[in-house]
Amino acid sequence: MKHTISVLVENHFGAFDRIATLFSGKGFNLTSISIGETEIHDISRMTVVTEGDNQILDQIIKQLNRLIDTIKVVDLTAAYHVQRELALIKISLSKGSMEQVKNINDIFRGNIVDITNNSITIEITGPPDKIDAAVNVLMPFGVIEMARSGIVALTRGEQTKKTIKNNSSESIKKKSQLIKEPK
Amino acid sequence: MKNKEQIMTGAEIFFECLRREKVEHIFGFPGGAVLKLYEKLYDIDYLQHILVRHEQGAVHAAEGYAKASGKTGVVLVTSGPGATNTVTGIADAYMDSVPIVVFTGQVPSHLIGNDAFQEADIVGITRPITKHNFLVRSIEDLALTIRKAFYIASSGRPGPVLVDLPKDVINSKCEFIYPDNMEIRGYKPTIKGHINQIKKAAEAIANAKRPLLYVGGGVIMSGGSRELALFARENKLPVTMTLQGLGAFPGTDELSLGMLGMHGSYWANQAVDNCDVLVSLGARFDDRVTGNVDTFAKNAYKIHVDIDPTCIDKNVIVDIPIIGDVKNILVEMTAEMPKAPDIQDWWHQINEWKDECPMQYEDNDGRLRTEYVIEKISEKTNGNAVIVTDVGQHQMWTAQYYKYNFPRSNITSGGLGTMGFSVPASIGVSFAIKGRPIFSISGDGGFQMNIQELITAAAYKVPVIFVIINNSFLGMVRQWQEMFHGEKYSFTDLSASNPDFVKVGQAFGIESFSTDNPKEVESLLDKALAVKDRPVLIEFKVVKDDLVFPMVPSGGSISEMMVKRINSKRMTLL
Ligand SMILES: Cc1ncc(C[n+]2csc(CCOP(=O)(O)OP(=O)(O)O)c2C)c(N)n1
Ligand SMILES: [Mg+2]
Repeated sequence: MKHTISVLVENHFGAFDRIATLFSGKGFNLTSISIGETEIHDISRMTVVTEGDNQILDQIIKQLNRLIDTIKVVDLTAAYHVQRELALIKISLSKGSMEQVKNINDIFRGNIVDITNNSITIEITGPPDKIDAAVNVLMPFGVIEMARSGIVALTRGEQTKKTIKNNSSESIKKKSQLIKEPK
Repeated sequence: MKNKEQIMTGAEIFFECLRREKVEHIFGFPGGAVLKLYEKLYDIDYLQHILVRHEQGAVHAAEGYAKASGKTGVVLVTSGPGATNTVTGIADAYMDSVPIVVFTGQVPSHLIGNDAFQEADIVGITRPITKHNFLVRSIEDLALTIRKAFYIASSGRPGPVLVDLPKDVINSKCEFIYPDNMEIRGYKPTIKGHINQIKKAAEAIANAKRPLLYVGGGVIMSGGSRELALFARENKLPVTMTLQGLGAFPGTDELSLGMLGMHGSYWANQAVDNCDVLVSLGARFDDRVTGNVDTFAKNAYKIHVDIDPTCIDKNVIVDIPIIGDVKNILVEMTAEMPKAPDIQDWWHQINEWKDECPMQYEDNDGRLRTEYVIEKISEKTNGNAVIVTDVGQHQMWTAQYYKYNFPRSNITSGGLGTMGFSVPASIGVSFAIKGRPIFSISGDGGFQMNIQELITAAAYKVPVIFVIINNSFLGMVRQWQEMFHGEKYSFTDLSASNPDFVKVGQAFGIESFSTDNPKEVESLLDKALAVKDRPVLIEFKVVKDDLVFPMVPSGGSISEMMVKRINSKRMTLL
């Protein structure tokens, strides 16, 4: 199952690299990764989309927490949250295809950001499955190039102010519900 | 107004920080990028710099120092090749959770990225093998970074930290401020165990029919050996130890089952296979311990105490995780025990296994064997020596036959399995431990991997007894070739190409002996043990083709444990 994990990291040299190194070194799946500033000047937010069973997910979150540069790690998957991705899609134009592409663009509430005699570039924003759908529909027209930003995500409602990470309580809570009786 | 004396150069700040961190020894090797530091070092009397002959040696020495003393080991090397030579040692320290801080020189900041002379991206190279690492970008950050480095290396689950020091940072000046308190918002090791979890664990142990304590290096690192002994003795619990755990509990104690795992004792492995409550204390379910994880302690309710949350459920899913410092948790667990478990039958069963298949080796053909040598070293030192082994068959035999009395006495490369560890690590130990015998035990192969450090030993007159177990083979590899690779002894026979080890020792100015006669072992050990002010070397020429038993094949189950040679062609050698 796909999981979206939000990671607050120190905004300095190497923090991003450390996380990328962790994923490659441990052989964790990495579907997308994005990084940008937050409301706090020395903290960045990384949004990681990854895949794996519960045990792997548990490891990914604990390993992320273990890094000295990570301040908070949250698996958003089970939480009420919004996800957005942005795609730039460059499509080749042939006779008469312009109208059709424009229509599709309207349906997906995209923007036309560049146009030449032979090509048109549209910008689509939305949850990743909306972008997948748009790409599917546009494919037959001839997609010349595409760039996707990777997902950014936030929980809905009030933002959690707590930024200190806690290594143990979450996993303890989870585990104590699973306690078996001694055989 | 600023106090003028507080303006210092980077080099001065560096050593002032080390002084405040109570560093007494640095293992290092100079070069261009750290010349300013060595210039300052020349006038410093509050710490001793030990000049090694290869930077890998410096790191292993610092590891030995740290493992034996519990203090943080410190390394200082130059940029580029000096830095890259530390990589194996850093990886070794990472795998075995050894607290060390490695300072590397770096080219001046403005040249970083230019392929400057002796430039290497050591921060990038060591990112996956350090607990954390830093590139100091300005002199204002220097003191705080050093402070953080020592804190991170030594707290929580210990590990190596690397600090990269560009030449211009060391050469510039700034006001010296040593932070008294320091907080790292992303780093808060959990020390105190969750009391409800501890209560549950205590209850499970008290009600167990066949409990077993599975003890790893974490108990030694936390300083919890005494607490472990109390807990085990009060409840008469059997104790088995991992390679790194040896010494956490006295090997001669009747509750000790010795080592478990691939080359563990028959009875320890049977106990793991049959226990109903397994209590892992500061161990990490390494594959050399578990073999096949699906069948490891398959019927046991598993309790796992560890300071590192990532260790929990990584290899084996457990029933009660307790995150925190194992020493504290042992104290609380002892207090929470409602009663001692009733396990006489279990002990009866364990003792039956002991009789069924005791540790034994051939000793009546007059030929010298490693097991005998180790047994004699154990007897002569009453289990009180610090034993620093290398990697291979001799390492496993030492683990099986040396009866460690004290924690921090078994210094070995477990996680990474680094040949060449023993010689430099034992030198490091000698700067931390005074008044106890120190043995470096290497194979003929591994001894040659950091052989250059013999001159460090000679120059500093370290009282280390260098033992070479010479079986004329890369023995452990030969063992796998015999057992699993069709007896194709591909590139493991050193008999025609080994040097004369006595002459080697003598060339380094070390008194050296050699024997292949079991009758001479004791007298040679006596002779060596009588020397207390300089190194001694003894080569023991042992049987070439012995195998380490018992053996659970890699990834196998306890049911596949082999206890003696099965190949009929080879049986004749037994
Ligand atoms: C640096 C390094 N290279 C290779 C190995 C693989 N290896 C493991 S044990 C071993 C043989 C060691 O031979 P020796 O030092 O003579 O010890 P013995 O097994 O004979 O006691 C080898 C080559 C290793 N562990 N470390
Ligand atoms: Mg050998």
